[in-house]
Amino acid sequence: MRRARVVAAIGHVLPWAIAVAYFFAAPADLDFGTQVVIWVLFAMSLDLALGYAGILTLGQAAFFGLGAYTAGLFAIHLSPDPLLGHLAAVGVTALFGTLTGAMILHTTGVTLLMLTLAIVSVLSQYANQATDLTGGDNGLQGIRLDPIFGVFEFNIFGRTAYFYALVVLFGWFVLAWRIVHSPFGRSLDGIRQNPHRMRAIGTPVWWRLLAIYTISAAMAGSAGAVSAHATRFVGLSVLDLLTSGTVTVALILGGTRRLYGGFIGATIYLVVQDYSAKISPFLWEFVVGGLLIATVLLLQGGLLDLGPAVLRLRDRWQAGQRK
Amino acid sequence: MSTAQALSVRGLAKRFGALVVAQEIDLDLAPGARVALIGPNGAGKTTFVNLLTGFLEPDGGRIELSGESLQGLRPEQRVRRGLVRTHQINQLLADNTARDNLAIAIAERDRHAWRLFRFGRQWGRCREEAQQRLEEMETAATADRRVLELPYGEQRLLEIAIALSLRPRVLLLDEPAAGVPSHETEVIHQALDRLPADIAILIIEHHMGVVFRFAREIVVLAQGRVLARGSPAAISADPRVRAVYLGKSPV
Repeated sequence: MRRARVVAAIGHVLPWAIAVAYFFAAPADLDFGTQVVIWVLFAMSLDLALGYAGILTLGQAAFFGLGAYTAGLFAIHLSPDPLLGHLAAVGVTALFGTLTGAMILHTTGVTLLMLTLAIVSVLSQYANQATDLTGGDNGLQGIRLDPIFGVFEFNIFGRTAYFYALVVLFGWFVLAWRIVHSPFGRSLDGIRQNPHRMRAIGTPVWWRLLAIYTISAAMAGSAGAVSAHATRFVGLSVLDLLTSGTVTVALILGGTRRLYGGFIGATIYLVVQDYSAKISPFLWEFVVGGLLIATVLLLQGGLLDLGPAVLRLRDRWQAGQRK
Repeated sequence: MSTAQALSVRGLAKRFGALVVAQEIDLDLAPGARVALIGPNGAGKTTFVNLLTGFLEPDGGRIELSGESLQGLRPEQRVRRGLVRTHQINQLLADNTARDNLAIAIAERDRHAWRLFRFGRQWGRCREEAQQRLEEMETAATADRRVLELPYGEQRLLEIAIALSLRPRVLLLDEPAAGVPSHETEVIHQALDRLPADIAILIIEHHMGVVFRFAREIVVLAQGRVLARGSPAAISADPRVRAVYLGKSPV
């Protein structure tokens, strides 16, 4: 038992320690690190909806994109304060999550999947057409930001952006951790397994799903806002279906329903993409695809299950030796 | 209409297009009642349960729980008011342990859902009560096992234990012995015998052994109507009942 606790504690500290160490170890690659942190947050938002609550969605990019555009437009038209812009993005995406969730969460399965696809497609087309507002194909340019707290400036070195992303991620992580271990989180787990059972014990299933969908939307919107702030640019790709697909792959690669699945999944995804793309622009999709197939076939719990799976193999091998 | 009844149903009606599935159904359950609802396949028993629990909206009639109308209430709201059911086919959280299945229901009953802080102690209490309830059911040995690993009979008992943990005023038992191998049915019988005396219970059952052992009153449903009602002795002697039901599947 004690050993399990130590392992758990290390598991908690390790990702954050690595994240902080990265800041000092790779000062030239902080932009890349920031991207990783953003995608970890994005994947975690999907884990709440898809992993824990079982809401089958391919529309998570809608919230990411909406958050990014809101933050960008807020900075250009209303105020260059990054924190106000971030709050606005979170508020707008939460509201959008509630409204769209209210429209679609009574459905399940393929119907729900199609509706989430429809929502992200509508947003994407709108952003594409409304060139006056979004810049269309050229993307949203000319975002200028004040320093955070008037001190930490966003600049080409990306130090502020990296820590900003990391602090935002940590804040959401603490909230998500509380949620998934609360009775609310347990009820979501129950709803994913058997919504009928949960209604039979008096759980207002629809409201619970709407609540987590809204939180998930706000979290994805927050990731989008950090993306807009960190790069001072918002491109149409944030609303792309492929963005939804990518975050899903990253989450499944790392493992659902662990919160840390997104950490490892998004990191591996982006690192593999980065390294493979340097060798050949087509190679990375091949490598990521292969990795995904191997993970899904061999490790039910994603890459986070790699350690336990190796231990199980060793135990089995040792048991075989004794015979 | 008497408010002393735990459950009172008057003139309940439901049709799907031209097909009448419930017509002029009246039913009263006093606190502590033990009533069995029987009828041949397609008689409308499941429809009746779905109308009571709110999964179907009736076309007419009234349902009152302790004198309060249930009209327009969603299924989970009816559960919270004390109208609880078990399922013909187990509806359990297969990946969770037996104890956690119960604890989740208890947490829901006590409205703990929105506690995001300091919920550890409440959850501990929920688990303690769950353990206690498993002991009352004499199935405490299963507490730490995942539901999908449990024998079917134990799962049926867990269904009943969960329903009881919600502190129902009216309990609908939908074929509690369905699918249970014969060597395990005695355990179910004993569990039914131990149900708290003050709860009004309506049992839907095909198995005549269970019906005659458990029920003090029997209501016979056929083609969406109440065909007959009365004591078990009167029902088993009723020629109409024999014709539509008992005649086809001997006691």
